[in-house]
Amino acid sequence: MNPVLLKLIVLIGILLVVLTLASGLIWLERRLLALWQDRYGPNRVGPFGLLQVLADMIKIFFKEDWIPPFVDKWVFVIAPSIIMITVLLTFAVIPFTPTIQIADTNIALLFFLGMSSLGVYSVVLAGWASNNKYALLGGIRAASQMLSYEVFMGISMMGTVMLAGTFSLRGIVEAQRHMWFVVPQFLGFVLFFIAGIAETRRLPFDLPEAESELVAGFHSEYSGMKFGMFFVGEYLGVILISVLMSVLFFGGWLGPVLPPIVWIVLKTMFFICFFILLRAAMPRPRFDQLMSWGWKWMLPLSLANLAVTGAIVLAMRR
Amino acid sequence: MAAPATTAVTALDQLRQKFGADAVVSQPCPDGIPTAWIGRDKLHAAMRYLKNEIDRPYRMLYDLTAIDERVREHREGQPPSDFTVVYHLFSFDRNEYLRVKVPLVEDKAAVDSLCDVWPNANWYERECWDLLGIRFENHPFLERLIMPRSWQGHPLRKDHPARATEMGPFQLPEEKAAEEEERLRFRPEEYGLKRASEDSDFIFLNIGPQHPGTHGVLRVILQLDGEVILDAIPEIGYHHRGAEKMGERQSWHTFIPYTDRIDYLSGVQNNLAYLTAVETLAGIKVPPRAQVIRVMTCELFRIISHLVWYGTFAQDVGQMSPVFYMFNDRERAFGMVEAIMGARMHPSWLRIGGSAHDLPKGWDKMFREFLDWMPKRMREYDKIVMRNSIFKARTQGVGAITTEQAIDWGVTGPLLRATGYEWDFRKKHPYSGYDNFEFDIPTSPHGDCYDRAVVHVEEINQSLRIIEQCVKNMPEGPYKSDHPLAQPPVKDRTMHDIETLINHFLGVSWGPVIPAGEGLGAIEAPKGNNGYYLVSDGSTMSYRTRIRAPSFAHMQTLPEMTRGLMVPDLLAILGSLDFVLADIDR
Repeated sequence: MNPVLLKLIVLIGILLVVLTLASGLIWLERRLLALWQDRYGPNRVGPFGLLQVLADMIKIFFKEDWIPPFVDKWVFVIAPSIIMITVLLTFAVIPFTPTIQIADTNIALLFFLGMSSLGVYSVVLAGWASNNKYALLGGIRAASQMLSYEVFMGISMMGTVMLAGTFSLRGIVEAQRHMWFVVPQFLGFVLFFIAGIAETRRLPFDLPEAESELVAGFHSEYSGMKFGMFFVGEYLGVILISVLMSVLFFGGWLGPVLPPIVWIVLKTMFFICFFILLRAAMPRPRFDQLMSWGWKWMLPLSLANLAVTGAIVLAMRR
Repeated sequence: MAAPATTAVTALDQLRQKFGADAVVSQPCPDGIPTAWIGRDKLHAAMRYLKNEIDRPYRMLYDLTAIDERVREHREGQPPSDFTVVYHLFSFDRNEYLRVKVPLVEDKAAVDSLCDVWPNANWYERECWDLLGIRFENHPFLERLIMPRSWQGHPLRKDHPARATEMGPFQLPEEKAAEEEERLRFRPEEYGLKRASEDSDFIFLNIGPQHPGTHGVLRVILQLDGEVILDAIPEIGYHHRGAEKMGERQSWHTFIPYTDRIDYLSGVQNNLAYLTAVETLAGIKVPPRAQVIRVMTCELFRIISHLVWYGTFAQDVGQMSPVFYMFNDRERAFGMVEAIMGARMHPSWLRIGGSAHDLPKGWDKMFREFLDWMPKRMREYDKIVMRNSIFKARTQGVGAITTEQAIDWGVTGPLLRATGYEWDFRKKHPYSGYDNFEFDIPTSPHGDCYDRAVVHVEEINQSLRIIEQCVKNMPEGPYKSDHPLAQPPVKDRTMHDIETLINHFLGVSWGPVIPAGEGLGAIEAPKGNNGYYLVSDGSTMSYRTRIRAPSFAHMQTLPEMTRGLMVPDLLAILGSLDFVLADIDR
């Protein structure tokens, strides 16, 4: 088959699957939370309430596309699309299986870091453009949270890069044939996981929205499909971090008996469910506590992890 | 309620010694609370004396209100007065209330403000000005508190209409709507707040009236520098339903359902507070079985109220799940309430002289199952909430007040005990036979949000202990007093003699006529001391119904707790305060 056509099919396939999964996650999260909280969750529309997502989609598409008169119109409109674009672009470098990957670049991890930094603009601009005090506070919180957590997110991944000797995600997976990186890089994994939650702004790191404090934080003024983009963007982020976690630390598609695609899906789903469990279990720390944990604990720990891993890798090579 | 007569004489005597025998007129009241009439010129000095100089001082301004006396008939032995300002003080050292009354004539309805003596006089005086039109001189900000700023008249005056049908039809033309909206605009200068400091502009952030963190229609205006709170101003009145005014046009019996809706989370506790006052006025002695039934159901409602508080507090600091578990347990408790009373949140089940029915068959089995079930759940909640390190980090050291501050601000109940002060009106000032029960008064030393949680949680356990004693020792006998004023009257002799028939007929058709007099009934409600101060003019209806709600006092303390903290702390403090808006605004 024509290689260009093949790539195109893969590309569209990934886009469709990821978007469907993200909206499906809304259902999954609501059902799982309900299960853990002794209630039912959506169970009326279709089998197991599965069509609830569809009903919500129809509703959200047909809602009035309202732009409040006091907002900075252009920025307000652009902000939600930034998060969708940056997250979706990152999926381009993810190797789902040996055959399903859009672009295998040797700077895949750097690309991810760059995109996630750009993604912050979405939240900050939304908070700013809304011209609303709650949104502004949410935006400010988002900016400083991302700033402090992205620093050690990058550093926490460098251990795996050193072990694999490459920035290419495919290379990193291949390097885990004998041992998953979670074993030698356990600290790195924990740090990356924490930073990942902060990156996706989920409880306990959901300070930019903080429902009981800031009403809805940065997206207070959004409704209809523009709100939907933030919403789906958040779930896309969850999928992205979960996939990355399985790729970086849990051997990606590698695994016995079952085909690669099943393995990557299983691992990813596990982390997604863990994300949801965290949301059911944890309270929310205060803003200044979050920052001081980030700078005083996470950053030094990730630097130490980097130094120790580097030393060991160097020693082994001698 | 009745305090020992010897100390009662002493307090008034001391006042007489200090201010002259003519300056103080005493008034006997059925509730046994020493009552002193003092002229307005001596008021300020007398109050300062009572708070600061007298031995075993009256450190708490428990309540402040006024009575419109212009159409009152039974005022024998009282100085002439058109409006009487009534102060209730409480002394922890004496374990005694003191009632101070100031007579005022209509065209000079003004007294000195006591804001410089007790800080919590501020809101009480504003409320009094708002609802009764008494001016308080030298008050820092005498504005309406409960009613809208644009309101005409003072609703609790006897000449103010009580029903919408007595007023013209309501209209809201566009200019008026715009004007009302403009009045709601916050002007920091009115409160003496600056808009900017030397190097930064402040944000004024409206939390509420519609906000997920305020548990109802409460508005808190924050003066923010970044996310740091410089000052917080609670604005109340959005939930005002005029319960006190309604008390003046309902019969003594038919006002009971209104009390349920004051602190709507704690059902029959409100009934009990009200009935304690009514029964004091009527001189009804409640039979033992009725007392124990009341204690048992009240403690069940304490658990119900605390469970809601526990869950929503966890939710306010961002923990999503506990509230669902706690509501499930609450549901279980409501199942029992429903089985006994036939209603759930607002059972209106206690009656003058007892309760509406006897306990149903099998009630003890139901309670035993609940007693087996709850301790396990409480242990689990301990693990998921109280021992959670993020929860601790969010609540420990946040919003702390000292015992002195708490007493100054009229704080009672779990909030007072969380400052390390062991004071529970069930123990110290027993009512409804609480002195027959064994239970501990939980305290905690720091006075912060976490300690409030510690006290609340332990109170649930203690309530379970009390309920267990009730189940084991429920006495036999009638569930309602056979006193002629008990409502509805006991019926078993109705068809046998004409006197009982007439009494029954009048009691059911008019309602009971409570003898003229004044009485305060105060109980340890789940949220703090809930008191009903009733004035009877010897009629089928109350002449003046004053509801002293704990949430009102606690909400006024909010600025004191929040200054210098951050926005998330405010929500943690609001969660820890254990208030409901209906209890604040009444």
